Amino acid sequence: MFGLDALELARIQFAFTVSFHIVFPAISIGLASYLAVLEGLWLKTDKEVYYDLYRFWLQIFAVTFGMGVVSGVVMSYQFGTNWSQLSTAAGSIMGPLLTYEVLTAFFLEAGFLGIMLFGLNKVGRGLHFFATLMVAIGTLISTFWILSSNSWMHTPQGFSLVDGVFTPDSWWDIVFNPSFPYRLAHMAVAAFLSTAFVVGGTAAWHLLKGKRDPATRMMFSMALWMALIVAPIQALIGDFHGLNTLKYQPAKVAAMEGHWETEKGVPLLLFGIPDMQEETTHYAIGIPRLASLILTHDLDGEIKGLKEWAPQDRPNALIVFWSFRVMVGLGLLMILCGVLGLWLRRGGKVYEAKGFQRLMLLMGPSGIIALLAGWVTTEVGRQPWVIYGLLRTSDAVSNHSATQMGVSLTIFVVVYFAVFGVGITYLLRMMRKGPVLGLLTAQIAEQGGPGHSRTPARPLSAAAESVDGEVDVEQEKRP
Amino acid sequence: MTLDLPLIWAGVIAFGIFMYVVMDGFDLGIGILYPFFRDKDERDAMMNTVAPIWDGNETWLVLGGAGLFAAFPLAYSVVLTALYLPLVIMLIALIFRGVAFEFRFKAKRTRYVWDAAFIGGSIVATFAQGVVLGAFIEGLKVENRQFVGGAFDWLAPFPLFCGAGLVAGYAMLGCAWLLMKTEGKLRHKMYKLMLPLTCVLLLFIAAVSIWTPLAHPAIAERWFTLPNLFYFIPVPTLVAVTVLGIVRAVQLKIDWQPFVLTLALIALSYTGLAISLWPNIIPPSVSIWEASAPASSQAFALVGVVFMVPIILIYTAYSYWVFRGKVVVGEGYH
Repeated sequence: MFGLDALELARIQFAFTVSFHIVFPAISIGLASYLAVLEGLWLKTDKEVYYDLYRFWLQIFAVTFGMGVVSGVVMSYQFGTNWSQLSTAAGSIMGPLLTYEVLTAFFLEAGFLGIMLFGLNKVGRGLHFFATLMVAIGTLISTFWILSSNSWMHTPQGFSLVDGVFTPDSWWDIVFNPSFPYRLAHMAVAAFLSTAFVVGGTAAWHLLKGKRDPATRMMFSMALWMALIVAPIQALIGDFHGLNTLKYQPAKVAAMEGHWETEKGVPLLLFGIPDMQEETTHYAIGIPRLASLILTHDLDGEIKGLKEWAPQDRPNALIVFWSFRVMVGLGLLMILCGVLGLWLRRGGKVYEAKGFQRLMLLMGPSGIIALLAGWVTTEVGRQPWVIYGLLRTSDAVSNHSATQMGVSLTIFVVVYFAVFGVGITYLLRMMRKGPVLGLLTAQIAEQGGPGHSRTPARPLSAAAESVDGEVDVEQEKRP
Repeated sequence: MTLDLPLIWAGVIAFGIFMYVVMDGFDLGIGILYPFFRDKDERDAMMNTVAPIWDGNETWLVLGGAGLFAAFPLAYSVVLTALYLPLVIMLIALIFRGVAFEFRFKAKRTRYVWDAAFIGGSIVATFAQGVVLGAFIEGLKVENRQFVGGAFDWLAPFPLFCGAGLVAGYAMLGCAWLLMKTEGKLRHKMYKLMLPLTCVLLLFIAAVSIWTPLAHPAIAERWFTLPNLFYFIPVPTLVAVTVLGIVRAVQLKIDWQPFVLTLALIALSYTGLAISLWPNIIPPSVSIWEASAPASSQAFALVGVVFMVPIILIYTAYSYWVFRGKVVVGEGYH
């Protein structure tokens, strides 16, 4: 297909399915914790605004989580279907880690999700809060295991190679491999930050539409506090992560920086077009010595250039250079948003400043884009290795024909855009609708049942209009 | 005493897949039965019986995959590569029916699209699972620790027949679940469907039971030599007793019995299958010991299973208990 061989098609398929997938769990991770905070605040203060916000974000969480589950099942099978040689060699390490993820996280989330979505009227507030907490903790445990597995492939240790099979020696060393703490922190915080900007963008949209109700103001304010506090922390974690990468995967850092020669006092390039054939970076514009300062904390620090590695061992610098800049650029903008928010708050203008609200609306997807760009940086940057320095991606693939891979890739692309496209449309419509106020007061009059479209237990049903724009007549008739 | 880890793991995976068949079986069955019910409120009620729990049910499928990956990486890579296309089709189908749970209640004008997605997704996913099972029984060509067969080896009469059989099996499970979980007219309709579905499933079980030994001499040998034959004789007898129990429960309208008895029927078929394939994890020739991960992998993952599975079963049971009782058609208010 398009002159691509089976290996390239398998890589595209993995990149495509995992990129679609990761957005949903990232938002689920962030929203689950946000929901736990909201419900906790509601129980503590008994203020209805927290309950209204909880209900609003719960329905968005439900759809996001559902799409995360179905796209995740695909991932858990793809190692075997498309990367059989990786599975045969490293299943002994990755398999147990994924098994722990299923046992400690997936079941926990799924087991309590039903109660979280439909069970408030059945189990009471305390137990319902417990269910929300379990789901939130489940998402974080899941992050722990999957990033341990991923990080082990970047910085493998704690095993011996026996007849081509990675045989575990120390599970402690495997789970807590050198890049794991940094990657885990960076990803978990990225999930929180992405969610904060989705929440902030939603609030900004409603503020721009003239809404000034307590729920809208509350979510705008909460998102801005998150941006102010968490975005700088993320920059710091990213810095540590980068230093760790420099130690274990210097070729990746050289590609991120677009450096070809090993030098001292290396500039930080702001712009450039790395060229893999000519082994140079065209049109480079940089700040002298800054890369050395950032990476070695020394103005004259030496950084290895890409030419240190044989051409077949180099990652694609053009992709990595730019994906890294997209991530960092968006991260800096997020910090700016947090600071601007604080500054406007002092003047009491934060709910009135239209320009700032437009900025926050535009920044709504920024966390998600930065997160994807970050993953592109680290995953393309580890090529040509799938297990760093030990197993090449080209030696990991199943022996399918290009036709078979092309057909399945086409199916995945069509189905993902159709199904998740509709799902994302629904999400955006729900966000556009905004929180419904005074839900609790209304709910005391009517008790809800699970899943029914007209029960208050289904958050959406509290609003008269459905997401595809048609008025629910039955709802309208209700006194 | 040394533990036979591969043996224990084979048991764990057999248990995980059985849990999946039992739990996702009835909620896939609901999708298969959807075409028999056109009324929106009835469809709402049917979906509501599983809306809070389907996600947990499907997690057993992920456990099956991850457990196989951990304990028998060779089997995971060979089986999944060999059955690539049916598995991709199953995953795609599961996407459609999974999102239908959420989208259906959000959509009004386009609800029919998600009804179709739910029906199609459920039927196709079930059929694909049956094909995978049938192709697995037929055996996979392995040389030098890699699958060497063709991409369409599974496209044969026996796997396709197994696909249809599983659709019948899940439909029966779904029907038995629904007559336990619904009331009034809907429950009445389920009772009417129950016996025809039982007949269809029995025909499939009988056909597979005859076809399997005829087409697979090794399995025939296992079944019909002494003393094995002696042990197997009770199986058809138990099947007959179970079916009579279902007929009686349907006549007396004892709501919970058909579901439990259908589970027993599925369990019996499952046991027959496990006995036929034992001890291979990649039929016809790779045994669980040959495909095993290193002991350090199996031991580590087993610790998780031993500690977590009981806890999982407890909170899963709790969740079912919270949503116990009948779902009412038309209003959804309790």
